[in-house]
Amino acid sequence: MTGDHQPIVWRVQSATKSSRIAAIAAAIIVPLLFLVPAVASRNLLQDLIFVFTMLALAQLWNVLAGWGGLISVGQQAFVGLGAYALFAGVTLIGLDPLLAIPLAGCLAALVAAVLGPLMFRLEGPYFAIGSWVVAEALRLGCAQFKPLGGGTGMSLSSAALADMTGTKAVAALFEIRPAAARDVIVYWIALLLVLGITFAIYLFVRSRLGLGLAASRDNNAAARSVGVRTDRIRYWLWVIVAFVTGMVGALVYLQKARISPDAAFSVVDWTAYVLFVVVIGGVRTIEGPVIGVLVLWALQFNLSGYGSLYLLMLGLIAILVMLFMQRGIWGSAAARWDLQFFAIRKLLIRDEQ
Amino acid sequence: MIGGIDTLLEGMLLGGVYALFAVGLSLIFGIMRLVNLAHGDIIVLGAYLILTAMAAVGVSLGVATLLTVVAMFLAGFALQRLVLERVLGEDILPPLLVTFGLSIVLQNGLLLIFGADSRRLQAGAFEATSINLAPGLSIGLAPLIALLTAIVVVALLQLLFYRTLLGRAFRATADNPEIAQLMGIDQRNIYAFAVGLSLAVSAIAAVTFGIRSNFDPSIGPARLLYAFEAVIIGGLGSLWGTLAGGIVLGLAQTIGGRIDPEWQILSGHLAFLIVLILRPHGLFPAGRR
Repeated sequence: MTGDHQPIVWRVQSATKSSRIAAIAAAIIVPLLFLVPAVASRNLLQDLIFVFTMLALAQLWNVLAGWGGLISVGQQAFVGLGAYALFAGVTLIGLDPLLAIPLAGCLAALVAAVLGPLMFRLEGPYFAIGSWVVAEALRLGCAQFKPLGGGTGMSLSSAALADMTGTKAVAALFEIRPAAARDVIVYWIALLLVLGITFAIYLFVRSRLGLGLAASRDNNAAARSVGVRTDRIRYWLWVIVAFVTGMVGALVYLQKARISPDAAFSVVDWTAYVLFVVVIGGVRTIEGPVIGVLVLWALQFNLSGYGSLYLLMLGLIAILVMLFMQRGIWGSAAARWDLQFFAIRKLLIRDEQ
Repeated sequence: MIGGIDTLLEGMLLGGVYALFAVGLSLIFGIMRLVNLAHGDIIVLGAYLILTAMAAVGVSLGVATLLTVVAMFLAGFALQRLVLERVLGEDILPPLLVTFGLSIVLQNGLLLIFGADSRRLQAGAFEATSINLAPGLSIGLAPLIALLTAIVVVALLQLLFYRTLLGRAFRATADNPEIAQLMGIDQRNIYAFAVGLSLAVSAIAAVTFGIRSNFDPSIGPARLLYAFEAVIIGGLGSLWGTLAGGIVLGLAQTIGGRIDPEWQILSGHLAFLIVLILRPHGLFPAGRR
């Protein structure tokens, strides 16, 4: 050791230039999104509700599969349960729909909590089909539930929805009909949910728990040896994701106001589209699903009239992306230009003093 | 009494078909740890190929099945070499996503070509023939042959795995691909052969299934779930267990359906969940060999 050397200081840094720019942009865009109902047509509003709820489901699936390693193709189970819980709460008990939404989440979480230990007995990829079996069993179970329309389903009467909290105030504020006012409220909740989910995932991934999960995904034995309780983190992740997925399902069906077992537990609507969004955007990135959902919206807008040809194309695109661009659009762009809107990496920076 | 025996027989015969669904799925999983989410749609594809061969080329059911088995083997080989091989690895997510995409592509492709109408394979007089076991108790020849086919297929695969060089290569690769490769086994060909074999068995499953019930492009995922349930009920890693698992599933569905027709499918799912609770390793898990 000679005295000439400067001491070297290392520090951990997360924020990057692009993440700071993104934070500023978000601070401007997010308030504007809340004001959209003042100017948007009802059609655009409904489109945006689709975008937000799809994005919410995609983020939830991404954290579950991408970070948690729990690859489920049965998340429609919790969308459907949430939707059915909402209809049960509103039509059978006479609850305010807004109150029924968190309760729907609770029911989904409860079912997930009970079935979780059972599902976790299935090894890796078999967990995927197991979750699908559960979704099918719940679909068939709901089809047997005659008070909610059995196999054919039912509609929410406008009388049951008329007393929903805030409808009258919003109708008066924007001078619109109650049905349109309900869409505005659903829009706001969807926006709140998707922002909350995204921010929560950002915090989770940066947290000790998120790091633990990432570590156990990369090397389970090594992670356990340093004390990461993988199984427990995964279990709670599974339950919490089910809770939020249930709420999203309830919200979606509050807007649709019509339910059937086949629609509420549809593997195409609530899993295939969601997987498409994540794959196109980039698995294990928070920004990816945002890109993915915009791609899906554009395709849906232009091509959904083609029916099965449209779905065929979505499937083909997803396969090609997995084969030739496994990191998705965002993942590839981020790698090329070193972009990062959500600062989830920890960089070791060397300061020379 | 007769009704009860009739239900049991019918359930067992149905189980033969489910076992054939299941064998193809567990074959790939056992050798390469890959779960093919398009497995059900591949079976449906097989049924449509047989149908097309009979209608367009005008061959008999037997010849059409033989052609389809060969075609599906080649398709499976190509599927592994051109597609799945690129995504197989430590991470189990990419292959699952690719096969899920394939499932969507197959379903909608079949829908575009054949439409949503229900179809059935015509087996001629054979279809309606039944054997009288006792007064009031008879079993259809076609379902009986389906169960016998399942038994023969399982027996042949068992021979292939434990009595041939190829089978030894399969087992070695399943145990440890790296070391198998060091011993001169070409892992790429072994995997491609396994997927080909799985699809060939799926074509056999397709003919037994297409004769006994209607099919349309949308029913693939349900076949995947039945196959999976049979595998888990039977226990991983045992072909005879898978056959037994298929029979248990067939029995559960048939008995449930006798109680209330709407409960048929749900009973199968419930049987699966009960086995998962009580015997997580299945009813007949493979012991240490």
